[in-house]
Amino acid sequence: MKGRLRHLILGGAATLALSLAVAYLSAAPGWQSLPADMALLRVSFTHSGDRSASCRERTPEELAELPPNMRIAKVCDRRRPPIYVEIEIDGATVLAEELPARGIAGSGPSRIYQRFPLPAGRHDIAVRLRDRPATQGFDYVGETQVTLVPAQSFVIDFRPESGGFVFK
Amino acid sequence: MMGLRSVLRRGFDRVERGLDRLFGPDWNPLANLGPLGWFLFWIVAGTGIYLFIFFDTGVVDAYASVQWLTEDHWFHAGLARSLHRYASDLMVLAMLVHLLRELVFDRYRGRRWFSWITGVPVLWFVYLSGITGYWLVWDELAQYVALTTTELLDALPVFAEPIARNFLTPESLSSRFFTLMVFLHIAIPLLLLLAMWIHIQRISQARTKPARGLAVLTLVALVAASLLMPATSQAPADLATVPARVGIDWFLLSLYPVIELLPAGVIWTGVLVFSVLLIGLPWLPRRKEAPAAVVALDHCNGCARCVADCPYSAINLVPRSDGAPFPHEVEVNADRCVACGICMGACPSSTPFRRSGDLVTGIDLPAYSLAELRTQVIAAAGGLSGPGRVLTLACGHGAGGLPEAGRIVLPCVAMAPPALLDFIISRGLADGICIAGCAERECWNRLGGEWMRERVARRRDPFLRERVPRERLLVVWAGPSETGRLRRETAAFAEQLAAQPSYDKARPLSQDELAKGEATAVQRELAE
Repeated sequence: MKGRLRHLILGGAATLALSLAVAYLSAAPGWQSLPADMALLRVSFTHSGDRSASCRERTPEELAELPPNMRIAKVCDRRRPPIYVEIEIDGATVLAEELPARGIAGSGPSRIYQRFPLPAGRHDIAVRLRDRPATQGFDYVGETQVTLVPAQSFVIDFRPESGGFVFK
Repeated sequence: MMGLRSVLRRGFDRVERGLDRLFGPDWNPLANLGPLGWFLFWIVAGTGIYLFIFFDTGVVDAYASVQWLTEDHWFHAGLARSLHRYASDLMVLAMLVHLLRELVFDRYRGRRWFSWITGVPVLWFVYLSGITGYWLVWDELAQYVALTTTELLDALPVFAEPIARNFLTPESLSSRFFTLMVFLHIAIPLLLLLAMWIHIQRISQARTKPARGLAVLTLVALVAASLLMPATSQAPADLATVPARVGIDWFLLSLYPVIELLPAGVIWTGVLVFSVLLIGLPWLPRRKEAPAAVVALDHCNGCARCVADCPYSAINLVPRSDGAPFPHEVEVNADRCVACGICMGACPSSTPFRRSGDLVTGIDLPAYSLAELRTQVIAAAGGLSGPGRVLTLACGHGAGGLPEAGRIVLPCVAMAPPALLDFIISRGLADGICIAGCAERECWNRLGGEWMRERVARRRDPFLRERVPRERLLVVWAGPSETGRLRRETAAFAEQLAAQPSYDKARPLSQDELAKGEATAVQRELAE
């Protein structure tokens, strides 16, 4: 076996072996992203803090200094206050956090996206939100009891137009 | 660092010697990594265009269309899918080994910085192309990639609403998202192609096609692997569940398990630090390079041989500026010149026979001039004795890279003009010349080996004169780990020369010229 024939056979065999190794590694070995007996709870929503507390009425003197087309009586701070969120799972608080308003000027909504891997089985979940800094207690509360199966994705969303927290 | 690099370099050399035996030097895949990358890109692009004909953009349609082409039409579309995936993976492998090899061979610093830093975007565009491609299948792996990617992106303070919310529940995902992903999967590879084109702009005669035999072997092997182990989808994505165990593509998605294990801030910092470090490597530390080649217009007629031979596009032909009766002169771009000396070897004025005045050539290296080379040759020849005297002109990056008696070490063997070989034989300085270049599979200075072969074979200008007997030249291509082979072949050549009658047409140098050479040898010994 000489010259190119040798290279075709040996080089071809080496290239095929490499290609098969590449094909194998393109899908294996597998990666266990979540333990087999676990489910995943995700809490995700955006919500703006209520800035009405920062609003005030302009005085007649202030209004008089403004051009007629800009004489709006009520003036509010552009920045939004943070919202406060608490999550409790099976009686234990897993999250108690003040979420600041987003954006360079702090005028955007607060947002949250959190993952909580949970063992499959029954869980009591409570989630509470305060969007007005002046309020004592919470403006929205949601509670549910859920039985999770392995690899289930359970989501807590928030839609004030639907009455508050949505569990699905 | 230098010690580690030397060890790795020898390691590469040994592996490549093994591959030389399997493939032959010209088909050696490690010496063709850049061209292989281009070849694999075109396979991926061609199969991608073909797959696009059958692909549907839709939450349900995407998976169904991929299943249809994989199972019902496995013999053409399924084959194209497997080729698309495996060629992409092989491209990642070729790219990473190419990066490591250039780093180990120290071909990323100094005036070669441009090719290095323009390779960094190529790296990221390849990964981004692969990630967006896996997304389109919309199986469990796609879901895993989508979730992990969007959760990582959400860590950046640029999105008003978390984009991972698109994948919270089956109802939250729209088909328009797949249209966006298809757009990205076409746009990013186009940017990749642009980056690859920029990457090769500062080299001349860039190799974008591998040797035909290697291309055929690669394509046939990929087709065979595609038929033996066809690429398949995993279970369809279901946003009501979490993909707990997924088959990962360890070439394109190997960072994903790391992304899961570390906080997003650490990942983004790591990506940023790695990219900055990679871009900054040519200056950590900066290589002190020899001064760039200089042109002596009095000896240059603008023949453009140096322009044609320069591997780094560092020499340009420009209109004549000194009033001499030639239309052009050459101009060296000092920012690109690596001082390999190939231009000096290509210049017809580089003749060491000249006796009157200083030895000046049309294009010369300030730190290693033709005059210095001539003096070194005479000095080294003075140390040779007995029958079968062999003078070695060695490449500094090959087996003869270390200086020893009777050996001249050059930045590249193509720095030696053919007239120098003629000079050594016809002036009786040696009975034979060993041209010891670097490994045959790939010249350290890209094109020097090829030019030297062509010049010695009298196929490329400047030609070796017919009066130089070919049997008095030994050409050895040997990498740094082949010092033993170089020594053996040189010794055998010396024995062969000793058995021949001496060269009877030699016209020895004058005593003055010899004395000058000997004085230089003494000076060098004292300095050492």
